[in-house]
Amino acid sequence: MVDLPKTKERDWMKQRVMAASLCVLIVFMLLFFRLVYLQLIKGEEYHRLSETNCVRLKSIKPSRGLIFDRHGELLVDNRPAFDLVMVLEDTGSVPDTVSLLSSLIDEPYVDLMEQIQKAGTAAFYKPIVLKKDISRDQLAVVEAHKFDLPGIYVEIEPTRHYIYPETASHLLGYLGEVNKKELESGMLPHVRAGDHIGRYGVEKSFESYLQGRRGGRQVEVDVNGRVVQELKTVAPVPGHNLHLTLDLPLQQLAEDLLEDRDGAVVALNPANGDVLVMASNPGFDQNDFIGGISTRNWQALMNNPGRPMINKTIQAEYPPASTYKILTAIAALEEKKIDGDDTTFCPGFYMFRGRRYHCWRRHGHGHLNVVDALAQSCDVFFYLAGEKTGVDALAQYANGCGLGRPTGIDLDHERQGLIPTSAWKRERFNEAWFPGETLSISIGQGFNLVTPLQMAVFTAAIANGGTLYRPRIVTAVKDVNGHLVREMDPEITGGIPAGRQTLDLVRKGLTEVVEGDRGTARSIRIKQIEMAGKTGTAQVFSRKTGEKFDNENQKRTLRDHAWFVCYAPAENPVIAIAVIIEHGEHGSSAAAPVAGTLVKKYLGLPGPEESFDAAPEG
Amino acid sequence: MFDRRLIEHFDWGLLVLILLIAGTGLMVLYSAVMAGWQGTGLHYLFKRQLIWMGGGAALMTGILVFDFQKLNKLNLFIYAACVTLLVGVYFFGQSGGGSQRWISFGGISVQPSELMKIALIISLASIYATKVSPEGLNFRQLLKPAVFCMIPVGLIVNQPDLGTGLMLLLIAGAITLFVKVEKKVILILGGLSGCVLPVVWFFGLKAYQKSRILTFLDPDRDPLGTGYHIIQSKIAIGSGMITGKGFLQGTQNALAFLPEQHTDFILSVLAEEWGLAGCTVLLILYFLLICWGLNIAYNCRNLFGSILAFGITSMIFWQIFINVGMVMGLMPVVGMPLPLVSYGGSSVITNMVGFGILLNISMRRFYTS
Repeated sequence: MVDLPKTKERDWMKQRVMAASLCVLIVFMLLFFRLVYLQLIKGEEYHRLSETNCVRLKSIKPSRGLIFDRHGELLVDNRPAFDLVMVLEDTGSVPDTVSLLSSLIDEPYVDLMEQIQKAGTAAFYKPIVLKKDISRDQLAVVEAHKFDLPGIYVEIEPTRHYIYPETASHLLGYLGEVNKKELESGMLPHVRAGDHIGRYGVEKSFESYLQGRRGGRQVEVDVNGRVVQELKTVAPVPGHNLHLTLDLPLQQLAEDLLEDRDGAVVALNPANGDVLVMASNPGFDQNDFIGGISTRNWQALMNNPGRPMINKTIQAEYPPASTYKILTAIAALEEKKIDGDDTTFCPGFYMFRGRRYHCWRRHGHGHLNVVDALAQSCDVFFYLAGEKTGVDALAQYANGCGLGRPTGIDLDHERQGLIPTSAWKRERFNEAWFPGETLSISIGQGFNLVTPLQMAVFTAAIANGGTLYRPRIVTAVKDVNGHLVREMDPEITGGIPAGRQTLDLVRKGLTEVVEGDRGTARSIRIKQIEMAGKTGTAQVFSRKTGEKFDNENQKRTLRDHAWFVCYAPAENPVIAIAVIIEHGEHGSSAAAPVAGTLVKKYLGLPGPEESFDAAPEG
Repeated sequence: MFDRRLIEHFDWGLLVLILLIAGTGLMVLYSAVMAGWQGTGLHYLFKRQLIWMGGGAALMTGILVFDFQKLNKLNLFIYAACVTLLVGVYFFGQSGGGSQRWISFGGISVQPSELMKIALIISLASIYATKVSPEGLNFRQLLKPAVFCMIPVGLIVNQPDLGTGLMLLLIAGAITLFVKVEKKVILILGGLSGCVLPVVWFFGLKAYQKSRILTFLDPDRDPLGTGYHIIQSKIAIGSGMITGKGFLQGTQNALAFLPEQHTDFILSVLAEEWGLAGCTVLLILYFLLICWGLNIAYNCRNLFGSILAFGITSMIFWQIFINVGMVMGLMPVVGMPLPLVSYGGSSVITNMVGFGILLNISMRRFYTS
């Protein structure tokens, strides 16, 4: 205890207690006066409000941000939807009103009653949504019978509208109702139960920008539910608009070209990684998801063997087939296992440890160097090149070229593919790597898996001199007044681990693929410009020679996948494309023409859209 | 052995005040939970509150038995035990409403952050009792209490329970100012926090946390959430006018317009049914209670006891001030129960323990150390 003289201590205590008492007195006076203000001065007004129980809350949904393509063309906007709601307090007899409503708008009575039961009866004054997004006809009938339907109101809500149904559906994505767990997480402070948030695609990735902020109104209503006066309004803040890198006409053309074939097309601008086209077929109609997709529609989507809910550009992994020879060439050249002048003789097969590894061309390619080998897609040349380089060095180069790792695009569910190494195989299968497997890897068969987007990024990097870009889908986020909120700059994620000489040789080989007389994609040659590319045919199933299939459909699904990657013009590339057609059989006949047509369209080249001749290839 | 003076000096006045407030509280709670109640007999929330009150009263009586000065000796132990419980919440806590606040002992859930209030008050009283001087505390003397304060505050804010964390700071601040702080220290601390807060705001917080704090400061940002509570609460209070609508006659309450009407917003039920008259009575009871507490602090011949009594009184005071201010739209909406009136076990127990200590100090007020 401090040694304060007794009197001094009492003085100190007296002074402190007096000060505290004064504070307490002031606070209680303040509270009392507030009470007097509310109950005496404003009492009459509040009493009237309470008598009629008439303060209602009206939430004002913000309109979601718009989405534009690279030319400023509107892709996604909002339209008004009319929701039918019921306020129990204003309704005389609920069953009578609902049964009349049911007959008027031709909706089952039980469905409407179910909505009321689901809402519970705790809040008589809260509007219960009976039916979302009613048709214009239903709206007209309800409006006409307004006075026979006490407690029934129509609320207008902004609703998502996809202007070009099924176009770029995987890229744009769709919305879905927010769930309880998400609401409780606290990460979505402006979202309330019943709201829709992005579930897939750009709608999901850029949710925080698109969402906007909800506003609200507190209104006083009379016994008929009519608004007498507004007590307070907070305006909603609309979501920000997105400007995509997508080229709408090119996207539409790509989707048309895929027609009823399953597959994917990605086109990039090699200079900055902009995604010009991201097409995955089959797609889906995003408008079906508005207000919750019906079970029937969902089942149809899930049961479709073409897997429409998969974005094949990033979520599907395919063996890269002969397109992988580009990578094998780079690795072998950089590791000095081959050089530009080395030639190999292809008799149509390669004998390795007593086993014949065939070239796709049975009678052989004869003598060829790396440029010829790329142009004609000779398997034997790459068996040898790959064997000399080794599986682990190949994998190292593949990773350096962006294969087997996510590209980092702003979309969910991106798969990373698979680039096997000997260590991977030991871990995965507890087996040693067989040297023969290296031969398969060298020509893009075996364990290798890539996504079309990875191949597009890789091709774009070959085109631009070796720079790997993170694929960009949004260039700018702007607010409703057009002010820039965020700008996305091109982002470099790495570089192809190859010198200038190597890249020049590879580029020469790829140009020969299209422009050379023996090139596997010579059929898509365009007069005005030179193109560079690489075909590929990915085995789905090793067929025994002469094996027959009874069922036509089974036969189709066992056909090989067709690949084509390219860039154009060869000298000064402005577009890089990767195309895969599932079960399209040959890259040259199925995939290459798609890319050729897109290039012509993108470069604005004249001339009729002649069909390209098919040429056999490996 | 047993000192007769303890019974002679028993503070009957304080006990009567507590019983009057608790009685009023039970009556209002009855009204709040019975509205719209379709079941037979008493509402289970009301029964549970009765059980809490009974338990609290038993605890309060138990506290009277030993000399409050034992708390001075035990303060470190009590403090450490409560901090351990707070840490335990991280590992064994039960989640509720998105945060971990409860810890369970054989069927009874306790909220350590509530116990921490009492523990912190005891610790601060113990520390300050040796440091009182007419000039006030200087920086060096404030270091130890600051550390004692920030440990539990940090743990509680992390739960996350910002409201209780701030409550601890308010109580600690009140006690410290009561003991007296040098003017220089107040000025420097005030200036310093003015500089640090913007830094925390811009670099320390995530966007959604900022948004929560902004809504906390300005309910109009969120017109459909907290803003709605406030307008409905004001209608309920205002519509009571002078004499109110009568017991069980409140319409705002009965029609479930009032959210949380049995916990934080219970005062609006009283205001609607009993009007200005009823509210004034409750405010006067509370005012007397606070004055009584201050008087106990004044009359205690023992510095530890004085500061302890003041700390308990300030805890009660802040709850009343924040809750009443919030319900009447003077203050941001935060979760804060009204002592002895709002439904809730933790609140009842904490306050009863506090009253037990007050009664204890009061009946031993003539002891000197």
